[in-house]
Amino acid sequence: MTRSRAVERPRVDEPASEVPPPEAGSGAPIILRGTSKVYGHAGDAVPALDRVSLDVRAGEFVCLLGASGCGKSTLLNLVAGLDSPTSGTVEVHGGTTLMFQEAALFPWLTAQGNVELALKLQGVPKAQRRARVRELLQVVHLEGFERKLPHELSGGMRQRVQLARALAQGADILLMDEPFGALDAMTRDLLHDEIERLWREQGLTILFVTHNVREAVRLGDRVVLLSSRPGRVVAEFPVVIPRPRRIESHPVADLASVITNELREEVRRHGED
Amino acid sequence: MAKTDNGGATRTDLLDRELSGLDHLETALPSRRSRTARIWAAAWPKLLAVAIVLIVWQLVVWSGWKPEYVLPGPRAVWDSFVANFSTNMDAAWTTLQRGFKGFAFALVIGTIVGALVARNRVLRSAIGSLITGLQTMPSVAWFPLAILLFKLGEGAIFFVVVLGAAPSIANGLISGIDHIQPILLRAGTVLGARRWKLFRYVILPAALPSFVAGLKQGWAFAWRSLLAGELIVLIPGQFSLGQQLDANRQLSDSAGVIAVMIVILIIGILVDALLFGTADRAIRRRYGLVDTAAA
Repeated sequence: MTRSRAVERPRVDEPASEVPPPEAGSGAPIILRGTSKVYGHAGDAVPALDRVSLDVRAGEFVCLLGASGCGKSTLLNLVAGLDSPTSGTVEVHGGTTLMFQEAALFPWLTAQGNVELALKLQGVPKAQRRARVRELLQVVHLEGFERKLPHELSGGMRQRVQLARALAQGADILLMDEPFGALDAMTRDLLHDEIERLWREQGLTILFVTHNVREAVRLGDRVVLLSSRPGRVVAEFPVVIPRPRRIESHPVADLASVITNELREEVRRHGED
Repeated sequence: MAKTDNGGATRTDLLDRELSGLDHLETALPSRRSRTARIWAAAWPKLLAVAIVLIVWQLVVWSGWKPEYVLPGPRAVWDSFVANFSTNMDAAWTTLQRGFKGFAFALVIGTIVGALVARNRVLRSAIGSLITGLQTMPSVAWFPLAILLFKLGEGAIFFVVVLGAAPSIANGLISGIDHIQPILLRAGTVLGARRWKLFRYVILPAALPSFVAGLKQGWAFAWRSLLAGELIVLIPGQFSLGQQLDANRQLSDSAGVIAVMIVILIIGILVDALLFGTADRAIRRRYGLVDTAAA
């Protein structure tokens, strides 16, 4: 089992728009080679990921799509360095940050408190924190809501605070674990525009996990379809629809229906055995 | 929504406006009642309850169930309360000091033990259930041993008060830590908090509501143990609420006994409501654990 992580977090007060040059011999910030993850031991071992190989290029927006049990969250944990693979390699060049689906904000801290804690844990001196927090909350359009507590904000606003908190880490690789799954459709549409804008402006590399096919097509440069139990890459779809895209547009809907058919076939396989 | 034809506005401008429009729609706060209205709404049921108790009490006295020197009416108790006011206040002060000292020490012990047990698997299986056992043990049962260990003195009372309060405080912290949402711990780890920093910035604040509930319960246990202690461990020449109860009983002064009991009750309620109740409500509101529309 090998595992290499070359994590060089850029200093936080630098704009995150510069993607650090990839190391020699690799062209991509995220490289998975034959990566497997098994939970439990011999007798009752549960394979979560099975020989997944995946490259994510610098500045690319990749959507991982799969039904339940495809090991999407496992994969993100591996890339974020929260877990290590059972076999195969996970190579990550650059800082990563992870954004969650549900209420992952600290409920006892205000919007600015949540963002500031991320800076504090990065070792940013107090004098610089205030200004940086204000900047980050402006980036996600939350000026005026700095002192609100999470429960005083709407679901969409909470996700934007989470986004600001993730950006505060100054990472250039953003991992997103079904971040908009619990939002209403209108808020989700707006946040799609928002995340696309941030991705473009800040030159982020994004690995975005979702079970919503249209969302994947709306956002991704590439949609990677994972099988379930164990998770395995079954198909990849480059999305060549020009941006800006709208989720209800025909090209998005057409590609989404092609991918949905594949996904259903994948789900059906589990019904037969 | 975004379908309007806004000639010169760029896509980003539109996005900004849509976002802020939605934000303001979704954060409209419910209007709050005035301060006096809220105080009155909280106060009148309590005043009514007190009035009913006084009336029933007086009716029982009038019914002649017991002779009036055994069960005096509210008026006689009030007279006794006024007549012995300064003695009772001296006694209350001594008792309160004992209570706070014991509670403060229990707070330190309970917090340390609670934090260690919550984070250490071996310690938990070793003494986790012992803590709950101590909590259910009546504090009076400790006095014979306490008196043998510390003689009839302050030490014995202090010992039992600490033993009464500390398990509740420890248990509050343990259950607070046990019930932290795993996603908060994951978020903390992702943000770079490990070990002590994770404890300081994530685990401790996340466990705070339950911890304060434990403090509240710990105070109730401390106050009970304390009064039991003052009745059993009588220190000569010292006024305390327990000692006053006993002195009045020996003089067959029922009115005096009831007056002291009411002082004990009022202090218990005041400390619980003002100190712990206020802290508890403030924390629950901050953490979004109360329905603001109903509060």
